[in-house]
Amino acid sequence: MAALTLLETKGLTKTYGGLQANTNIDFTLQKGLVTALIGPNGAGKSTFVGMLSGRTSATQGSVIFEGRDISHLPAHKRIQLGLAYTFQITSIFTGLSVHENVALAAGRTMSADGNTLNIKVYQTLDQVGIADRADQIAGDLSYGHQRLLEIAMGLAQEPKLFILDEPTQGLAETEINDFITLIRSLAGHTTILLIEHNMKVVMDTADHIAVLDQGMLLAEGTPAEISANASVQAAYLGKTVDA
Amino acid sequence: MTVAGKINTLHFGILLFLLACFFILPAYHVGALSRIMVLAIYAIGLNILFGYTGLLSLGHAMFFAAGMYGLGLSIKFLGVSVIPAFGIGILSAAVLSVLVGLLALRTVGVSFMIVTLMFAQTIYLVVLYFGEYTRGDEGFVLQQAERMLLNFDVTTEAGRYFVAFGAFSICLISFAALVQSSFGKRLVAIRENEERARMLGYDVWRYKLLAVIISGTVSGVAGALYALLFGYVGATFASVQYSILPLLWVLLGGAGKTIGPLIGVAFMFYLIDASSAYTSAYMLIAGLALVILTMFAPRGIAGILQAKVWPWLP
Repeated sequence: MAALTLLETKGLTKTYGGLQANTNIDFTLQKGLVTALIGPNGAGKSTFVGMLSGRTSATQGSVIFEGRDISHLPAHKRIQLGLAYTFQITSIFTGLSVHENVALAAGRTMSADGNTLNIKVYQTLDQVGIADRADQIAGDLSYGHQRLLEIAMGLAQEPKLFILDEPTQGLAETEINDFITLIRSLAGHTTILLIEHNMKVVMDTADHIAVLDQGMLLAEGTPAEISANASVQAAYLGKTVDA
Repeated sequence: MTVAGKINTLHFGILLFLLACFFILPAYHVGALSRIMVLAIYAIGLNILFGYTGLLSLGHAMFFAAGMYGLGLSIKFLGVSVIPAFGIGILSAAVLSVLVGLLALRTVGVSFMIVTLMFAQTIYLVVLYFGEYTRGDEGFVLQQAERMLLNFDVTTEAGRYFVAFGAFSICLISFAALVQSSFGKRLVAIRENEERARMLGYDVWRYKLLAVIISGTVSGVAGALYALLFGYVGATFASVQYSILPLLWVLLGGAGKTIGPLIGVAFMFYLIDASSAYTSAYMLIAGLALVILTMFAPRGIAGILQAKVWPWLP
Protein backbone atom coordinates (compact mmCIF):
# COMPACT_ATOMS: atom_id res chain seq x y z
CA MET A 1 0.00 0.00 0.00
CA ALA A 2 1.29 3.42 -0.87
CA ALA A 3 2.36 5.21 2.26
CA LEU A 4 0.10 8.24 2.49
CA THR A 5 0.43 10.29 5.63
CA LEU A 6 -2.87 11.15 7.32
CA LEU A 7 -1.55 12.66 10.50
CA GLU A 8 1.79 13.85 11.65
CA THR A 9 3.19 15.31 14.86
CA LYS A 10 6.31 17.39 15.13
CA GLY A 11 8.10 17.84 18.43
CA LEU A 12 4.89 17.31 20.37
CA THR A 13 5.53 17.98 24.05
CA LYS A 14 3.33 18.17 27.12
CA THR A 15 4.57 19.35 30.48
CA TYR A 16 2.50 19.18 33.66
CA GLY A 17 4.30 21.39 36.13
CA GLY A 18 7.75 19.83 36.27
CA LEU A 19 6.64 16.54 34.76
CA GLN A 20 7.31 15.81 31.11
CA ALA A 21 4.35 13.65 30.09
CA ASN A 22 5.33 13.69 26.41
CA THR A 23 8.71 14.77 25.10
CA ASN A 24 9.36 15.85 21.56
CA ILE A 25 7.29 13.24 19.77
CA ASP A 26 7.68 13.04 15.99
CA PHE A 27 5.14 10.60 14.73
CA THR A 28 3.42 9.84 11.45
CA LEU A 29 0.24 7.92 10.93
CA GLN A 30 -0.27 6.14 7.63
CA LYS A 31 -3.62 6.31 5.92
CA GLY A 32 -5.72 3.14 5.90
CA LEU A 33 -3.64 1.29 8.48
CA VAL A 34 -4.38 0.15 11.99
CA THR A 35 -1.67 1.60 14.16
CA ALA A 36 -1.39 0.48 17.76
CA LEU A 37 0.11 2.72 20.38
CA ILE A 38 1.47 0.69 23.25
CA GLY A 39 3.57 1.34 26.30
CA PRO A 40 3.58 0.73 30.03
CA ASN A 41 1.19 2.53 32.38
CA GLY A 42 2.08 6.17 32.67
CA ALA A 43 4.03 6.17 29.40
CA GLY A 44 1.96 9.15 28.19
CA LYS A 45 -0.29 7.41 25.67
CA SER A 46 -3.51 9.10 26.73
CA THR A 47 -1.78 12.46 26.92
CA PHE A 48 -0.51 11.93 23.40
CA VAL A 49 -3.89 11.09 21.85
CA GLY A 50 -5.41 13.85 23.98
CA MET A 51 -3.18 16.30 22.14
CA LEU A 52 -4.15 14.77 18.79
CA SER A 53 -7.88 15.14 19.47
CA GLY A 54 -7.58 18.51 21.16
CA ARG A 55 -8.78 17.46 24.59
CA THR A 56 -5.35 18.30 25.97
CA SER A 57 -3.46 21.35 24.79
CA ALA A 58 0.13 20.80 23.75
CA THR A 59 2.90 22.67 25.54
CA GLN A 60 4.96 22.65 22.37
CA GLY A 61 5.01 21.17 18.90
CA SER A 62 2.42 20.76 16.20
CA VAL A 63 -0.22 18.35 14.95
CA ILE A 64 -0.71 18.15 11.20
CA PHE A 65 -3.82 16.46 9.82
CA GLU A 66 -4.14 15.95 6.07
CA GLY A 67 -1.37 18.46 5.53
CA ARG A 68 -3.03 21.14 7.64
CA ASP A 69 -1.71 22.39 10.96
CA ILE A 70 -4.51 21.81 13.44
CA SER A 71 -2.49 22.55 16.60
CA HIS A 72 -4.54 25.60 17.44
CA LEU A 73 -7.98 24.21 16.67
CA PRO A 74 -10.29 23.39 19.57
CA ALA A 75 -11.40 19.77 19.95
CA HIS A 76 -14.81 20.15 18.27
CA LYS A 77 -13.20 21.67 15.16
CA ARG A 78 -10.77 18.76 14.89
CA ILE A 79 -13.66 16.32 15.21
CA GLN A 80 -15.44 18.20 12.43
CA LEU A 81 -12.38 17.64 10.21
CA GLY A 82 -12.83 13.89 10.53
CA LEU A 83 -11.30 12.72 13.79
CA ALA A 84 -13.33 10.55 16.12
CA TYR A 85 -12.41 9.72 19.65
CA THR A 86 -13.62 7.07 22.07
CA PHE A 87 -12.94 7.62 25.72
CA GLN A 88 -10.89 5.33 27.92
CA ILE A 89 -13.57 5.65 30.57
CA THR A 90 -16.90 5.00 28.85
CA SER A 91 -18.52 8.30 28.01
CA ILE A 92 -22.00 8.01 26.56
CA PHE A 93 -25.30 9.80 27.08
CA THR A 94 -26.55 7.47 29.81
CA GLY A 95 -29.96 9.11 30.10
CA LEU A 96 -30.78 8.78 26.40
CA SER A 97 -31.68 5.74 24.35
CA VAL A 98 -29.06 3.78 22.44
CA HIS A 99 -30.65 5.02 19.23
CA GLU A 100 -30.44 8.66 20.32
CA ASN A 101 -26.80 8.25 21.30
CA VAL A 102 -25.82 7.08 17.84
CA ALA A 103 -28.16 9.58 16.17
CA LEU A 104 -26.35 12.40 17.95
CA ALA A 105 -23.04 11.06 16.71
CA ALA A 106 -24.22 10.62 13.13
CA GLY A 107 -26.52 13.64 13.17
CA ARG A 108 -23.90 16.35 13.11
CA THR A 109 -23.61 16.00 9.37
CA MET A 110 -27.12 14.70 8.65
CA SER A 111 -30.59 16.12 9.11
CA ALA A 112 -32.11 14.94 12.38
CA ASP A 113 -35.45 13.62 11.29
CA GLY A 114 -34.50 12.19 7.94
CA ASN A 115 -34.96 8.52 7.23
CA THR A 116 -31.34 8.33 6.13
CA LEU A 117 -30.26 9.08 9.67
CA ASN A 118 -32.43 6.28 11.01
CA ILE A 119 -30.97 3.84 8.50
CA LYS A 120 -27.45 4.97 9.37
CA VAL A 121 -28.12 4.47 13.09
CA TYR A 122 -29.36 0.90 12.61
CA GLN A 123 -26.52 0.07 10.23
CA THR A 124 -23.96 1.23 12.75
CA LEU A 125 -25.62 -0.56 15.66
CA ASP A 126 -25.74 -3.68 13.54
CA GLN A 127 -22.04 -3.36 12.84
CA VAL A 128 -21.22 -3.61 16.55
CA GLY A 129 -24.02 -6.11 17.17
CA ILE A 130 -26.39 -4.19 19.44
CA ALA A 131 -29.13 -3.21 16.97
CA ASP A 132 -31.68 -5.18 18.99
CA ARG A 133 -31.08 -2.85 21.93
CA ALA A 134 -31.73 0.40 20.05
CA ASP A 135 -34.64 1.46 22.26
CA GLN A 136 -33.00 0.74 25.60
CA ILE A 137 -31.71 3.53 27.78
CA ALA A 138 -27.94 3.56 27.32
CA GLY A 139 -27.28 3.69 31.06
CA ASP A 140 -29.15 0.39 31.49
CA LEU A 141 -26.83 -1.51 29.13
CA SER A 142 -24.19 -3.86 30.50
CA TYR A 143 -20.65 -2.53 30.66
CA GLY A 144 -19.58 -4.45 27.57
CA HIS A 145 -22.53 -3.15 25.57
CA GLN A 146 -21.80 0.39 26.69
CA ARG A 147 -18.26 0.00 25.34
CA LEU A 148 -19.71 -1.23 22.04
CA LEU A 149 -22.11 1.71 21.97
CA GLU A 150 -19.20 4.07 22.45
CA ILE A 151 -17.44 2.44 19.49
CA ALA A 152 -20.65 2.71 17.46
CA MET A 153 -20.77 6.44 18.21
CA GLY A 154 -17.29 6.74 16.77
CA LEU A 155 -18.13 4.69 13.67
CA ALA A 156 -21.34 6.63 13.04
CA GLN A 157 -19.29 9.75 12.40
CA GLU A 158 -17.55 7.97 9.51
CA PRO A 159 -14.22 9.35 10.67
CA LYS A 160 -11.09 9.57 8.59
CA LEU A 161 -9.13 8.85 11.74
CA PHE A 162 -10.63 6.81 14.53
CA ILE A 163 -8.79 7.04 17.86
CA LEU A 164 -9.69 4.32 20.33
CA ASP A 165 -8.38 4.74 23.87
CA GLU A 166 -8.21 1.27 25.45
CA PRO A 167 -11.43 0.01 23.88
CA THR A 168 -11.20 -3.54 25.21
CA GLN A 169 -10.60 -2.56 28.82
CA GLY A 170 -12.98 -4.57 30.99
CA LEU A 171 -14.43 -6.60 28.12
CA ALA A 172 -14.97 -10.35 28.33
CA GLU A 173 -12.95 -12.74 26.16
CA THR A 174 -15.75 -13.31 23.61
CA GLU A 175 -16.41 -9.58 23.40
CA ILE A 176 -12.72 -9.00 22.75
CA ASN A 177 -12.82 -11.50 19.88
CA ASP A 178 -15.83 -9.70 18.39
CA PHE A 179 -13.94 -6.44 18.74
CA ILE A 180 -10.96 -7.85 16.86
CA THR A 181 -13.27 -8.96 14.04
CA LEU A 182 -14.86 -5.51 13.95
CA ILE A 183 -11.51 -3.70 13.72
CA ARG A 184 -10.38 -6.04 10.96
CA SER A 185 -13.57 -5.33 9.02
CA LEU A 186 -12.79 -1.61 9.16
CA ALA A 187 -9.20 -2.03 8.05
CA GLY A 188 -8.49 -0.45 4.70
CA HIS A 189 -11.11 2.30 4.67
CA THR A 190 -10.78 3.78 8.16
CA THR A 191 -7.45 4.76 9.62
CA ILE A 192 -7.30 3.58 13.20
CA LEU A 193 -5.10 4.59 16.10
CA LEU A 194 -5.53 2.10 18.89
CA ILE A 195 -4.23 2.48 22.41
CA GLU A 196 -4.24 -0.99 23.82
CA HIS A 197 -2.86 -3.01 26.69
CA ASN A 198 -4.10 -6.37 25.52
CA MET A 199 -1.24 -7.73 23.39
CA LYS A 200 -3.47 -10.30 21.69
CA VAL A 201 -5.65 -7.47 20.35
CA VAL A 202 -2.58 -5.53 19.26
CA MET A 203 -0.95 -8.48 17.49
CA ASP A 204 -4.21 -9.55 15.84
CA THR A 205 -5.22 -6.16 14.50
CA ALA A 206 -2.27 -3.81 14.10
CA ASP A 207 -0.40 -3.25 10.84
CA HIS A 208 2.00 -0.95 12.58
CA ILE A 209 2.99 -0.48 16.21
CA ALA A 210 4.44 2.53 17.98
CA VAL A 211 5.87 2.14 21.46
CA LEU A 212 5.82 4.97 23.95
CA ASP A 213 7.94 4.84 27.08
CA GLN A 214 8.38 7.59 29.65
CA GLY A 215 6.82 10.12 27.33
CA MET A 216 9.13 9.35 24.43
CA LEU A 217 8.70 7.38 21.25
CA LEU A 218 10.82 4.31 21.87
CA ALA A 219 10.32 2.29 18.70
CA GLU A 220 8.09 1.86 15.66
CA GLY A 221 7.59 -0.97 13.23
CA THR A 222 5.56 -3.98 12.20
CA PRO A 223 4.30 -6.32 14.92
CA ALA A 224 7.13 -8.74 14.09
CA GLU A 225 9.77 -6.02 14.35
CA ILE A 226 8.39 -4.76 17.63
CA SER A 227 8.27 -8.19 19.27
CA ALA A 228 11.88 -8.72 18.18
CA ASN A 229 13.03 -5.31 19.41
CA ALA A 230 15.26 -5.71 22.44
CA SER A 231 14.67 -2.27 23.95
CA VAL A 232 10.91 -2.71 23.66
CA GLN A 233 11.16 -6.02 25.39
CA ALA A 234 13.17 -4.40 28.14
CA ALA A 235 10.81 -1.50 28.60
CA TYR A 236 7.48 -3.05 28.05
CA LEU A 237 7.23 -6.77 27.59
CA GLY A 238 9.69 -7.54 30.36
CA LYS A 239 13.23 -8.75 30.07
CA THR A 240 12.54 -12.47 29.95
CA VAL A 241 10.29 -12.71 26.95
CA ASP A 242 10.28 -16.10 25.36
CA ALA A 243 7.52 -15.54 22.81
CA MET B 1 -50.31 6.66 16.38
CA THR B 2 -46.70 7.70 15.93
CA VAL B 3 -44.84 9.33 18.81
CA ALA B 4 -44.83 12.67 17.00
CA GLY B 5 -48.59 12.30 16.51
CA LYS B 6 -49.14 11.63 20.20
CA ILE B 7 -47.04 14.63 21.18
CA ASN B 8 -48.96 16.94 18.84
CA THR B 9 -52.28 15.58 20.06
CA LEU B 10 -51.26 16.24 23.66
CA HIS B 11 -50.16 19.81 22.98
CA PHE B 12 -53.19 20.69 20.88
CA GLY B 13 -55.40 18.96 23.44
CA ILE B 14 -54.00 21.19 26.18
CA LEU B 15 -54.57 24.29 24.07
CA LEU B 16 -58.11 23.21 23.26
CA PHE B 17 -58.73 22.64 26.95
CA LEU B 18 -57.43 26.11 27.81
CA LEU B 19 -59.65 27.59 25.13
CA ALA B 20 -62.67 25.76 26.51
CA CYS B 21 -61.83 26.94 30.04
CA PHE B 22 -62.69 30.48 29.05
CA PHE B 23 -66.28 29.49 28.28
CA ILE B 24 -66.73 27.02 31.11
CA LEU B 25 -64.95 28.48 34.13
CA PRO B 26 -66.19 31.32 36.34
CA ALA B 27 -64.59 34.75 35.94
CA TYR B 28 -62.20 34.30 38.87
CA HIS B 29 -60.56 31.25 37.31
CA VAL B 30 -60.50 32.81 33.87
CA GLY B 31 -58.53 35.71 35.34
CA ALA B 32 -56.25 33.31 37.17
CA LEU B 33 -55.62 31.31 34.02
CA SER B 34 -54.60 34.42 32.07
CA ARG B 35 -51.94 35.04 34.68
CA ILE B 36 -50.94 31.38 34.77
CA MET B 37 -50.47 31.27 30.99
CA VAL B 38 -48.25 34.37 30.98
CA LEU B 39 -46.15 33.04 33.85
CA ALA B 40 -45.99 29.66 32.11
CA ILE B 41 -44.30 31.41 29.17
CA TYR B 42 -41.75 32.71 31.66
CA ALA B 43 -41.26 29.17 32.99
CA ILE B 44 -40.88 27.87 29.41
CA GLY B 45 -38.06 30.37 29.02
CA LEU B 46 -36.24 29.02 32.05
CA ASN B 47 -37.00 25.42 31.11
CA ILE B 48 -35.09 25.79 27.82
CA LEU B 49 -31.94 26.70 29.72
CA PHE B 50 -32.35 24.73 32.92
CA GLY B 51 -34.47 21.74 31.91
CA TYR B 52 -33.00 21.08 28.48
CA THR B 53 -29.48 22.51 28.47
CA GLY B 54 -28.74 21.80 32.13
CA LEU B 55 -27.63 25.34 32.94
CA LEU B 56 -29.13 26.62 36.17
CA SER B 57 -29.67 30.37 36.12
CA LEU B 58 -30.62 32.01 39.41
CA GLY B 59 -31.16 35.36 37.76
CA HIS B 60 -33.88 34.98 35.18
CA ALA B 61 -35.88 37.82 36.75
CA MET B 62 -33.53 40.20 34.92
CA PHE B 63 -34.83 38.99 31.56
CA PHE B 64 -38.44 39.12 32.71
CA ALA B 65 -37.80 42.63 34.01
CA ALA B 66 -36.03 43.66 30.79
CA GLY B 67 -39.13 42.73 28.81
CA MET B 68 -41.41 44.38 31.34
CA TYR B 69 -39.49 47.67 31.62
CA GLY B 70 -38.69 47.70 27.91
CA LEU B 71 -42.40 47.80 27.18
CA GLY B 72 -43.45 49.87 30.19
CA LEU B 73 -40.86 52.62 29.96
CA SER B 74 -41.18 53.01 26.20
CA ILE B 75 -44.95 53.44 26.52
CA LYS B 76 -44.58 55.84 29.43
CA PHE B 77 -41.72 57.99 28.21
CA LEU B 78 -41.54 57.53 24.44
CA GLY B 79 -45.30 57.45 24.02
CA VAL B 80 -45.10 54.62 21.51
CA SER B 81 -48.02 52.30 20.91
CA VAL B 82 -48.25 48.75 22.16
CA ILE B 83 -46.77 46.84 19.21
CA PRO B 84 -43.48 48.75 18.92
CA ALA B 85 -43.27 48.87 22.72
CA PHE B 86 -43.63 45.12 22.77
CA GLY B 87 -40.83 44.91 20.22
CA ILE B 88 -38.63 47.12 22.40
CA GLY B 89 -39.38 44.90 25.40
CA ILE B 90 -38.35 41.74 23.54
CA LEU B 91 -35.29 43.43 22.09
CA SER B 92 -34.18 44.60 25.56
CA ALA B 93 -34.37 41.05 26.86
CA ALA B 94 -32.56 39.70 23.78
CA VAL B 95 -29.72 42.22 24.06
CA LEU B 96 -29.39 41.59 27.79
CA SER B 97 -29.31 37.82 27.26
CA VAL B 98 -26.55 38.14 24.66
CA LEU B 99 -24.45 40.20 27.08
CA VAL B 100 -25.16 37.99 30.08
CA GLY B 101 -24.55 34.86 27.99
CA LEU B 102 -21.19 36.09 26.71
CA LEU B 103 -20.02 36.90 30.22
CA ALA B 104 -21.68 34.25 32.39
CA LEU B 105 -20.80 31.36 30.09
CA ARG B 106 -17.16 31.91 30.91
CA THR B 107 -18.08 30.12 34.13
CA VAL B 108 -19.64 26.71 34.77
CA GLY B 109 -21.64 24.96 37.47
CA VAL B 110 -22.09 26.79 40.74
CA SER B 111 -20.17 29.81 39.47
CA PHE B 112 -22.69 30.16 36.63
CA MET B 113 -25.52 30.26 39.16
CA ILE B 114 -23.76 32.89 41.25
CA VAL B 115 -22.82 35.03 38.26
CA THR B 116 -26.39 35.02 36.92
CA LEU B 117 -27.66 35.84 40.40
CA MET B 118 -25.22 38.76 40.60
CA PHE B 119 -26.22 40.14 37.22
CA ALA B 120 -29.87 39.95 38.22
CA GLN B 121 -29.18 41.78 41.47
CA THR B 122 -27.36 44.44 39.48
CA ILE B 123 -30.38 44.91 37.23
CA TYR B 124 -32.63 45.07 40.28
CA LEU B 125 -30.45 47.74 41.87
CA VAL B 126 -30.33 49.68 38.59
CA VAL B 127 -34.13 49.70 38.55
CA LEU B 128 -34.16 51.10 42.09
CA TYR B 129 -31.36 53.57 41.35
CA PHE B 130 -33.31 55.11 38.51
CA GLY B 131 -36.39 55.34 40.73
CA GLU B 132 -37.21 58.72 39.24
CA TYR B 133 -38.19 56.95 36.03
CA THR B 134 -39.02 53.43 37.20
CA ARG B 135 -40.80 54.44 40.43
CA GLY B 136 -38.76 51.69 42.12
CA ASP B 137 -40.61 49.26 44.37
CA GLU B 138 -43.80 51.25 44.08
CA GLY B 139 -43.80 50.77 40.33
CA PHE B 140 -46.13 52.44 37.86
CA VAL B 141 -49.42 51.66 36.24
CA LEU B 142 -50.07 51.60 32.52
CA GLN B 143 -53.39 53.24 31.76
CA GLN B 144 -56.10 51.50 29.82
CA ALA B 145 -55.72 53.96 26.94
CA GLU B 146 -52.02 53.11 26.67
CA ARG B 147 -52.73 49.41 26.44
CA MET B 148 -54.76 49.24 23.23
CA LEU B 149 -53.49 46.52 20.93
CA LEU B 150 -54.50 48.24 17.68
CA ASN B 151 -58.23 48.55 18.34
CA PHE B 152 -58.34 45.61 20.65
CA ASP B 153 -58.80 46.31 24.35
CA VAL B 154 -56.58 43.97 26.35
CA THR B 155 -57.87 45.26 29.67
CA THR B 156 -61.13 43.33 29.49
CA GLU B 157 -61.36 39.82 30.87
CA ALA B 158 -61.78 38.34 27.40
CA GLY B 159 -59.12 40.51 25.78
CA ARG B 160 -56.60 39.57 28.40
CA TYR B 161 -57.45 35.89 28.22
CA PHE B 162 -57.19 35.63 24.47
CA VAL B 163 -53.96 37.58 24.17
CA ALA B 164 -52.45 35.39 26.90
CA PHE B 165 -53.85 32.29 25.22
CA GLY B 166 -52.54 33.30 21.79
CA ALA B 167 -49.07 34.05 23.10
CA PHE B 168 -48.97 30.89 25.17
CA SER B 169 -50.06 28.80 22.18
CA ILE B 170 -47.32 30.22 19.99
CA CYS B 171 -44.73 29.69 22.72
CA LEU B 172 -45.80 26.14 23.58
CA ILE B 173 -45.92 24.99 19.95
CA SER B 174 -42.60 26.57 18.99
CA PHE B 175 -41.03 25.32 22.23
CA ALA B 176 -42.23 21.78 21.45
CA ALA B 177 -40.85 22.05 17.92
CA LEU B 178 -37.55 23.38 19.27
CA VAL B 179 -36.97 20.55 21.74
CA GLN B 180 -37.78 17.92 19.14
CA SER B 181 -35.51 19.48 16.53
CA SER B 182 -31.89 18.43 16.12
CA PHE B 183 -30.94 21.67 17.89
CA GLY B 184 -33.03 20.71 20.92
CA LYS B 185 -31.56 17.22 20.98
CA ARG B 186 -28.07 18.67 21.01
CA LEU B 187 -28.98 20.84 24.00
CA VAL B 188 -30.08 17.69 25.81
CA ALA B 189 -26.82 16.02 24.78
CA ILE B 190 -24.90 18.89 26.40
CA ARG B 191 -27.00 18.53 29.54
CA GLU B 192 -26.36 14.80 29.67
CA ASN B 193 -22.64 14.77 28.92
CA GLU B 194 -20.95 17.96 27.83
CA GLU B 195 -17.53 16.45 27.15
CA ARG B 196 -19.03 13.72 24.97
CA ALA B 197 -21.01 16.30 23.01
CA ARG B 198 -17.84 18.30 22.43
CA MET B 199 -16.01 15.16 21.33
CA LEU B 200 -18.76 14.47 18.81
CA GLY B 201 -17.78 17.72 17.16
CA TYR B 202 -20.42 20.04 18.58
CA ASP B 203 -19.43 23.57 19.46
CA VAL B 204 -20.78 23.33 23.00
CA TRP B 205 -20.15 26.96 23.89
CA ARG B 206 -22.10 28.23 20.88
CA TYR B 207 -25.08 25.97 21.67
CA LYS B 208 -25.07 27.16 25.28
CA LEU B 209 -24.97 30.79 24.19
CA LEU B 210 -27.92 30.24 21.84
CA ALA B 211 -29.79 28.53 24.68
CA VAL B 212 -29.20 31.53 26.97
CA ILE B 213 -30.37 33.93 24.27
CA ILE B 214 -33.53 31.97 23.43
CA SER B 215 -34.27 31.39 27.10
CA GLY B 216 -33.73 35.03 28.08
CA THR B 217 -35.73 36.37 25.15
CA VAL B 218 -38.72 34.10 25.85
CA SER B 219 -38.62 35.22 29.49
CA GLY B 220 -38.62 38.80 28.22
CA VAL B 221 -41.71 38.08 26.11
CA ALA B 222 -43.44 36.95 29.31
CA GLY B 223 -42.34 40.11 31.14
CA ALA B 224 -43.58 42.43 28.38
CA LEU B 225 -46.84 40.51 28.16
CA TYR B 226 -47.33 40.70 31.92
CA ALA B 227 -46.93 44.48 31.91
CA LEU B 228 -49.28 44.80 28.97
CA LEU B 229 -52.04 42.54 30.28
CA PHE B 230 -51.94 43.49 33.95
CA GLY B 231 -50.97 47.11 33.48
CA TYR B 232 -48.35 47.23 36.20
CA VAL B 233 -44.57 47.56 36.09
CA GLY B 234 -42.62 47.28 39.35
CA ALA B 235 -39.23 46.38 40.79
CA THR B 236 -40.60 43.30 42.59
CA PHE B 237 -40.51 41.52 39.25
CA ALA B 238 -36.76 42.13 39.03
CA SER B 239 -36.13 40.85 42.56
CA VAL B 240 -34.59 37.52 43.45
CA GLN B 241 -38.03 36.14 44.30
CA TYR B 242 -38.93 36.23 40.61
CA SER B 243 -35.76 34.33 39.74
CA ILE B 244 -36.58 31.56 42.20
CA LEU B 245 -40.27 31.23 41.37
CA PRO B 246 -39.80 30.04 37.76
CA LEU B 247 -37.27 27.53 39.06
CA LEU B 248 -39.87 26.14 41.48
CA TRP B 249 -42.50 26.04 38.73
CA VAL B 250 -40.19 24.15 36.41
CA LEU B 251 -39.07 21.72 39.11
CA LEU B 252 -42.62 21.08 40.24
CA GLY B 253 -44.07 20.71 36.78
CA GLY B 254 -41.16 18.73 35.41
CA ALA B 255 -37.82 20.05 34.22
CA GLY B 256 -36.98 19.16 30.65
CA LYS B 257 -40.62 18.44 29.77
CA THR B 258 -42.67 20.59 27.40
CA ILE B 259 -45.78 20.53 29.56
CA GLY B 260 -43.84 20.98 32.82
CA PRO B 261 -43.97 24.79 32.96
CA LEU B 262 -47.76 25.10 32.59
CA ILE B 263 -48.40 22.32 35.10
CA GLY B 264 -45.94 23.79 37.59
CA VAL B 265 -47.35 27.32 37.46
CA ALA B 266 -50.96 26.12 37.67
CA PHE B 267 -50.19 23.72 40.51
CA MET B 268 -48.40 26.30 42.61
CA PHE B 269 -50.99 29.00 41.91
CA TYR B 270 -53.86 26.83 43.05
CA LEU B 271 -51.88 25.40 45.95
CA ILE B 272 -51.31 28.89 47.37
CA ASP B 273 -54.85 29.87 46.44
CA ALA B 274 -56.37 26.91 48.27
CA SER B 275 -54.15 27.06 51.34
CA SER B 276 -54.61 30.79 51.82
CA ALA B 277 -58.31 30.13 52.27
CA TYR B 278 -57.53 28.24 55.48
CA THR B 279 -54.61 30.02 57.04
CA SER B 280 -52.50 33.13 56.73
CA ALA B 281 -49.45 30.84 56.92
CA TYR B 282 -50.22 29.63 53.42
CA MET B 283 -46.57 29.81 52.38
CA LEU B 284 -45.87 27.18 55.02
CA ILE B 285 -48.32 24.80 53.39
CA ALA B 286 -46.95 25.62 49.95
CA GLY B 287 -43.42 25.03 51.21
CA LEU B 288 -44.35 21.72 52.77
CA ALA B 289 -46.01 20.56 49.56
CA LEU B 290 -42.88 21.52 47.64
CA VAL B 291 -40.66 19.55 49.99
CA ILE B 292 -42.89 16.48 49.76
CA LEU B 293 -43.09 16.67 46.00
CA THR B 294 -39.35 17.06 45.51
CA MET B 295 -38.72 14.17 47.89
CA PHE B 296 -41.12 11.74 46.27
CA ALA B 297 -41.22 13.04 42.72
CA PRO B 298 -37.85 14.60 41.94
CA ARG B 299 -38.73 14.75 38.25
CA GLY B 300 -41.89 16.76 38.84
CA ILE B 301 -45.48 16.13 37.92
CA ALA B 302 -44.69 15.65 34.24
CA GLY B 303 -42.00 13.19 35.33
CA ILE B 304 -44.66 11.12 37.12
CA LEU B 305 -46.87 11.27 34.04
CA GLN B 306 -43.97 10.08 31.92
CA ALA B 307 -43.18 7.19 34.26
CA LYS B 308 -46.79 6.07 34.71
CA VAL B 309 -48.82 7.09 31.66
CA TRP B 310 -46.96 8.61 28.72
CA PRO B 311 -43.43 7.26 28.32
CA TRP B 312 -43.06 9.26 25.09
CA LEU B 313 -43.49 12.63 26.83
CA PRO B 314 -41.01 15.06 25.20
